[in-house]
Amino acid sequence: MSRGTLIDLLYLVSATTFILALKGLGSPKRARLGNGVAAAGMLIAIVATFFKQVDGHSLYHVSLIVVAMVIGVVIAVPTARYVRMTAMPQLVAIFNGVGGGAASLVSITEFVRIHSTHPATYVTLEVLLGVLIGTVSFSGSAIAFAKLQELMTGRPVTYPGQQVINGVMGAAGLVLIVIILATGQTALLWALLALSFVLGIAFVLPIGGADVPVLISLLNSFTGLAVAASGFTLGSNLLIVAGTLVGASGILLTRLMSKAMGRSLSNVLFSAFGSVVTASGGAGPDARPVRSGSPEDAGVLLSFASRVAIIPGYGLAVAQAQHVLRELAEELEGKGIEVFYAIHPVAGRMPGHMNVLLAEANVPYEQLMELDEANSELQTADVALVVGANDTVNPAAKDDKSSPIFGMPIINADLAENVLFLKRSMRPGFAGIENELLYNPKTTLIFGDAKDTLTKIVAAVKSS
Amino acid sequence: MGNALLQYATVLMLTIFVGIEIIAKVPSILHTPLMSGSNAIHGVILVGAMLVLGSANSTLETVLGFLAVLLATLNVVGGFVVTDRMLEMFKAKPKTPRAKSDEVAS
Repeated sequence: MSRGTLIDLLYLVSATTFILALKGLGSPKRARLGNGVAAAGMLIAIVATFFKQVDGHSLYHVSLIVVAMVIGVVIAVPTARYVRMTAMPQLVAIFNGVGGGAASLVSITEFVRIHSTHPATYVTLEVLLGVLIGTVSFSGSAIAFAKLQELMTGRPVTYPGQQVINGVMGAAGLVLIVIILATGQTALLWALLALSFVLGIAFVLPIGGADVPVLISLLNSFTGLAVAASGFTLGSNLLIVAGTLVGASGILLTRLMSKAMGRSLSNVLFSAFGSVVTASGGAGPDARPVRSGSPEDAGVLLSFASRVAIIPGYGLAVAQAQHVLRELAEELEGKGIEVFYAIHPVAGRMPGHMNVLLAEANVPYEQLMELDEANSELQTADVALVVGANDTVNPAAKDDKSSPIFGMPIINADLAENVLFLKRSMRPGFAGIENELLYNPKTTLIFGDAKDTLTKIVAAVKSS
Repeated sequence: MGNALLQYATVLMLTIFVGIEIIAKVPSILHTPLMSGSNAIHGVILVGAMLVLGSANSTLETVLGFLAVLLATLNVVGGFVVTDRMLEMFKAKPKTPRAKSDEVAS
């Protein structure tokens, strides 16, 4: 067997591991194994590539390749290892962005190379598509990162005619591709690059912070497609398989995610969701009475309950309060009170994010209940403790047809005897929608930082 | 050229269906790790970046290729490590729920 065939065979093994890995990632038991299998497959492909012959010669610049890889590893490992779990979504965004950037650079380099070896007018479509999609993914991910990291506002950034302008830019990109195909001018490639960069930013700006995870999933899928395009350019089945796999599954995953939020994908992408604070009900929201209490009141109420449902949301993670929360739960269990957690599928900033955060705080897995189970258990709960959640317990999703979140499945906190609502202020949640639950007579509001308040509640429970 | 293109297009079509089929029934708690895992998989662009840098003939190509390898390495390594860290949280929870509490509490 020739060396080339052997390498192609190894690429085939590698592509197979990627398929097996994605399959494994779909089941809780085999997910970690799946990830390991993919990593092993990746290593095989990378090592094999070092021995590959390109146009009849071994790879040039091997030392440069190694240097770039070492720099990459030195930056990536500590970043991935030690960034706080709450910052995970932005981390995925940035790693996706650099992948898109790499795909775009590969396509650009190929364009430059093809230009120096072929007649001036020879260009291929896939090179240009790789540049367009890869760059959109790169700059879009950068903005998504900035939004999640709160380097810029998480609210949708809108301006008049936004969707029209974006549409025109997208169309201009396609026209530019056609012109480049016809004329083969290198200068226009840079124009395409610049346009794609701006398009990525403009596409992401109107998407609100709450929807950014869905967007990251979509950009992830874009990067996959850009990689597949590079695969066509370089004539690599491995890149085509891996890229297409991610591209296709990513689009489906994106749809599943928006479905979990009770919305359609186009609604997520184009409605600038959460830009307007909608006040439901006629009266001005500020004028309506709410009942608020002290952490001590909450401690007493909890101490005399027999079943407590904890409903965590992203605010819990922001306040880094998951460990104190577990402490509270253990304190209550010590008093013979039954505690369970009601986890909304989109609690946190990504589906499943909350499970990860609570697992990190060593909350026992069997205390976590998913939406349907939690809702049937809530009827028998004495207290529902809402910590840092808001939109996921908003009854407007059930009652108010005009509400933007109408139709989203929610946790029915109001089924419990009492609701304790830990909240920073009366400000509406991520989606910017007034929450009727705050005005429910069952509800007691406890204002303050979640971690602070929970610490005080723990003390109150201990002393009562 | 025509034949090769047709072969790539065949692979593309088949893979689209595979990609859609294998994740059709994923529980929502695994959406995040799945996204992160597939993020790592498209880091295979590193192979492409290596080939591009490995056949660079001019300074411009070398610089672009170098950057591509660097970014792709970030994608691959970061992607797999983050995913593993997420999935670590899911393992064997019912049996050893407090196994790591000392570490976390500190």
